[in-house]
Amino acid sequence: MKNWRNILGLVLPLLVVAALALWPVFSGKAVDQETAFTILKAVALASSLNIILGYTGYVSFGHIVFFGVGGYTGFYLMSQQGWSIWPAMAAGGAMSGLIAFLLGKAILRLRGAYFALATIGVNQAMLALVGNLDFIGGPIGMNLNFKVYKEYGGAQEALQMAFYIMAGIALLSVIVSYAVRTSKFGLGLLAIREDEDAAEVMGVVAPNAKTWAYVLSAIIPGIVGALFFFKNGNIEPHDAFPLHTSIEFIVMVMLGGQGTVLGPVLGAVGYQGIRGYLLTSPIFKNIQLAVAGVLLLLIVLFIPFGVVGWIRNRFPQTRRVLQ
Amino acid sequence: MTSLILQVEGVTKRFGGLQALTDVTFDLPERQILGLIGPNGAGKTTLFNVINGVYTPNEGRVIFKGEDVTGSKTYDMAHRGLARTHQIVKPLNDLSVRENVMVGACFGRENHKLHKAGGIADEVLEFVGLAERADQLASSLNVAQKKRLEMARALAARPYLLLLDEVLAGLNPSEIAEMVETVQRIRDQGVTIIMIEHVMHAVMNVSDRMIVLDFGQQIAEGTPEEIQNNPKVVEAYLGDPELADKLMRQADE
Repeated sequence: MKNWRNILGLVLPLLVVAALALWPVFSGKAVDQETAFTILKAVALASSLNIILGYTGYVSFGHIVFFGVGGYTGFYLMSQQGWSIWPAMAAGGAMSGLIAFLLGKAILRLRGAYFALATIGVNQAMLALVGNLDFIGGPIGMNLNFKVYKEYGGAQEALQMAFYIMAGIALLSVIVSYAVRTSKFGLGLLAIREDEDAAEVMGVVAPNAKTWAYVLSAIIPGIVGALFFFKNGNIEPHDAFPLHTSIEFIVMVMLGGQGTVLGPVLGAVGYQGIRGYLLTSPIFKNIQLAVAGVLLLLIVLFIPFGVVGWIRNRFPQTRRVLQ
Repeated sequence: MTSLILQVEGVTKRFGGLQALTDVTFDLPERQILGLIGPNGAGKTTLFNVINGVYTPNEGRVIFKGEDVTGSKTYDMAHRGLARTHQIVKPLNDLSVRENVMVGACFGRENHKLHKAGGIADEVLEFVGLAERADQLASSLNVAQKKRLEMARALAARPYLLLLDEVLAGLNPSEIAEMVETVQRIRDQGVTIIMIEHVMHAVMNVSDRMIVLDFGQQIAEGTPEEIQNNPKVVEAYLGDPELADKLMRQADE
């Protein structure tokens, strides 16, 4: 009885991801595939951010830095060193994880707003650094030679492949999120979120747990970064480290429900839906970021635990199902 | 022969100019209940915080089971077999009561896996009388229940030494009686206990030995009977009007 309910906590978000992956296959439209790619990317990034933001309670405001680091690492290896996409993605993820590890040792000592500010600083510092490194193209960035796609059967096929890899990464991010949520490690993170001092008194080694949560939340964004810029064909500092996108991912996590597996998935779908509408609407198309800001404000004021959190509180019997 | 579980040697703790603890020294044999009393601000909770690693003392040593643990981290102390409750309860609000207790079992001395920890949590919740609340959120408990939750979390770690910080405060007489009984049952299981308490009749009843702190100084130590008849203790609690007057005049000058 308890088991199938627990499994449902994993199955629900997986179904959402699977539906997104299959949608363009059935509709057969290239534009749908682009939209689905963007949403799946958002699912993967939001679910990863949720590990540090939702489970551990540390607001990583500049989390997009790991997307950029992975993107630059992967792109450099593919365009300058001739690596293929798979090892380049692995390297992107590893580099992001490594940087998160080193950063975590330094800035995870900070609590509350100070940590959030530090992560913004890290992103902006990385943006400035990358713009000044000539071997990765400085402010202009790098381009991928079109011939690279031949290895995968042509540009069209490479695009197709990138979509399925993205779907795979999104699935993986949900599974990782669920595995953390239901593990002993995850229980320690939740304890830190609720009261770090009390957690330590009970024996949770908070400095280590926080660092590993941060590393884990950085790896998938790194992989996604490498894949995204492979598909994109070029990389520039401002595309790799866009702070405003970082804020959008926080909105997604908060909208869906921080600290749950399903929340960030729904938040990503919902937010991208709203954003798609705003971008095509004549009134809102220039101020869609302002709308994101207002949305965040409304969420924090009225449903601080997001849609899933609201449902969980309103209908306590759903708590086991909506992990 | 009973061995010493805790030795506190000349512990002094200062916060800026405030002398919170001055040269506190005592030994605690296994399986005893030590009552720690004193007026508000006497340094009782500070002493707990020094023992469990929240603060590092400025001077002196804390020896736990024969090892010098002065300045260890709180989680190190938890792993070594020390557990405590907090005077101001610290429930993990958005977790269920059962999950709260599982944290204690998972990360405490015995370092259990999640599944095993669930079993221990159920046992301990039964023991402290919170079993029927297991699936509620910790934030939904009342004060008495939150105190029990603090106790359950500490017990789930299966500690050697348990520090209880005012677990009776704010409870009504029947709740106090229940809690005192629970404390005695814990000791019967072989756990050594130090309890800070203001509910005098209760702490006098359960303690084997007592220490009285006043302004960070150890002013008395002994059996409950000895403490009860100690003039210094009476003065610390009831105050000396003449002395207070003198101190006020000194402060004015």
